[in-house]
Amino acid sequence: MNDTVQHDAQDLPPNAPRRALRLHRELARVWANDRGVWGQVTAVSHTTLGLRFMATAFVFFAIGGILSMLIRAQLATRQGAFLDTDLYNQIFTMHGSIMMFLFAIPMLEGLGIWLLPKLLGTRDMAFPRLTALGYWCYLFGGLIMLTALLFGVAPRDGWFMYTPLSGATYSPGINADVWLLGVTFVEISAVAAAVEITVTILRQRAPGMKLTEMPLFAWYMLGTSAMMLVGFPPLIAGSVLLEVERAFGWPFFDPLRGGDPLLWQHLFWLFGHPEVYIIFLPAAGAMSTIIPVMCRTPILGYGAIVAAILGLVFLSFGLWVHHMFTVGIPHLALAFFSAASVLVAVPTAVQVFAWIGTIWKGRPELHLPMLHILGFFLTFVMGGLTGVMLAIVPFNWQAHDTAFVTAHLHYVLIGGFVFPMMAAVTYWMPLITGKARVKGVGEAASG
Amino acid sequence: MKCSRAIAAAPVVLAACSGPLSTLDPGGDVARDIARLWWGMLAGAVLITVFVLVLLALGFGRPRAALQRHWIYGLGLWFSMAVLAVVLGAGLWVGERIVPRDDGAVTVRAHAVQWGWHFTHDGADGRPVTDTRTLHIPAGQPVDILVTSQDVIHSFWVPQLAGKMDAIPGRVNRLRVQADRAGRFDGLCAEFCGLGHAAMRFDVRAHDVWPPAVADRTIQEGHP
Repeated sequence: MNDTVQHDAQDLPPNAPRRALRLHRELARVWANDRGVWGQVTAVSHTTLGLRFMATAFVFFAIGGILSMLIRAQLATRQGAFLDTDLYNQIFTMHGSIMMFLFAIPMLEGLGIWLLPKLLGTRDMAFPRLTALGYWCYLFGGLIMLTALLFGVAPRDGWFMYTPLSGATYSPGINADVWLLGVTFVEISAVAAAVEITVTILRQRAPGMKLTEMPLFAWYMLGTSAMMLVGFPPLIAGSVLLEVERAFGWPFFDPLRGGDPLLWQHLFWLFGHPEVYIIFLPAAGAMSTIIPVMCRTPILGYGAIVAAILGLVFLSFGLWVHHMFTVGIPHLALAFFSAASVLVAVPTAVQVFAWIGTIWKGRPELHLPMLHILGFFLTFVMGGLTGVMLAIVPFNWQAHDTAFVTAHLHYVLIGGFVFPMMAAVTYWMPLITGKARVKGVGEAASG
Repeated sequence: MKCSRAIAAAPVVLAACSGPLSTLDPGGDVARDIARLWWGMLAGAVLITVFVLVLLALGFGRPRAALQRHWIYGLGLWFSMAVLAVVLGAGLWVGERIVPRDDGAVTVRAHAVQWGWHFTHDGADGRPVTDTRTLHIPAGQPVDILVTSQDVIHSFWVPQLAGKMDAIPGRVNRLRVQADRAGRFDGLCAEFCGLGHAAMRFDVRAHDVWPPAVADRTIQEGHP
């Protein structure tokens, strides 16, 4: 065996002196961004654009956070005169819309775009210009919504935009149009990212890297992008229908002219529920990457986790109606969607116990990312359990539309997305900046 | 610091369990069943949270053998499915007890508009009586509310009597409520419906004698 290898090696022409280095420099020049500001505008590199996605998302995260402080300031006192009702409605609508569409989704896209080629061993995403298109669509859509907020004409019908309240009769003015246009641009950006994440993972893995051997994060992103490809079109369709109704009077959602307001809810939640898992899966991917490193051991149950991802992808499309338990749907449908909603907790439980098992198996060390991961466990377990409660129809009838749901979704999103993203940022930041971090600052922040 | 704050907050938290808008201070069978379901689920959820966090804490020790058989199949699949089956069964059982059925229950109407309510019941003389502030129902028996809307989506909710039901234009939704005793209960609109949403409050009066005598009520006639 050894002989053959040596024999083959002798047949190859010897490398020209310093050929590898020259090739590397040539390639680096070809793949580099152009110089100057224009070079930044025309950049298609996944590193540049991935980081830009994440940086922009964090700016919107800060803006959404400030809006939430305004909400709390208004709610701190009874009959507070801090914000009038109209402005308050704009602010809570924008808080939800910004956090969902302008922070969470672009943040996970950015992480995937930045990290995937490095994990898979390819130079760039499958369609680098599509990455750039996605970023500019995202920025444009986000700026539409921010500009409207600055001028006091931001959307004010809730981040869920229920018809007929968001229709032309009950929401005259451009507020709702701003939401429909801005969010649609962000959706286009998301679909673009999903297309190329899928293609990159399926077609551009390094030679010899089987699907069954790729890093778990790539499995998570593959599940996420598959869900985005199926989940976003209903929302895009809904937004287009609603804009056509508002602009041209076509009655898709108007019961007096043969439409149905519930059509919007079905389209919105057919996107909206998978959306929760679209946000959670990349964060769980970061967890599955970071926990084994922090514990100095391979992950427990790679195959089971892949099965859990596929299970979540499938199940999450069968339970959107649990957002609509109070709209008066037939009893059999209530039972079906209640059971499906309960069932989706199983793949999540598999992952949580696989992570805890990994911690048992290894030698966990409390580095900074691990502190955020502990924050994940504390928060997300309660978020998950309150979610199971909400899947139970009689209890849902009491808790629906109350602060219980607000609390549940914030536990899930802070625990299931923000904490893992903080862990990811602190874990990969040295790789991004090439510098060690200032000791103690991150620990203080996570405490 | 955190502990003392939690102790200081305890009376506030417990105080929130009673009062006219509390689901945990039920005024009838429907709300009582749901409240019991909640206390059961809360107890289970507390136990599971503690269990998971203890497992997590125990992980911070010497490396130990961790078998897929225990963690993935035992805890991840069987433990979670057993718990979920119990919860789902309890939910379906309670659900069967509280859904409206064709048993000739008294029916009243709640029609929502931006931003108020038109409540209608059959008066003693058989003619419909409409009121914009107060919904009148009989006490001590199940009552079905037919919930409708004039304009946008609202939601009818009397926390002490039952869960909520959305008022959707173009649809008639049926909600079963029950009040054990004669008296007054608070209700509100639970679905964001625009500028006046927060002010869409109303009263429910449960009467021992049904239909209530004319002297009992402040009636505003002439509404649809």
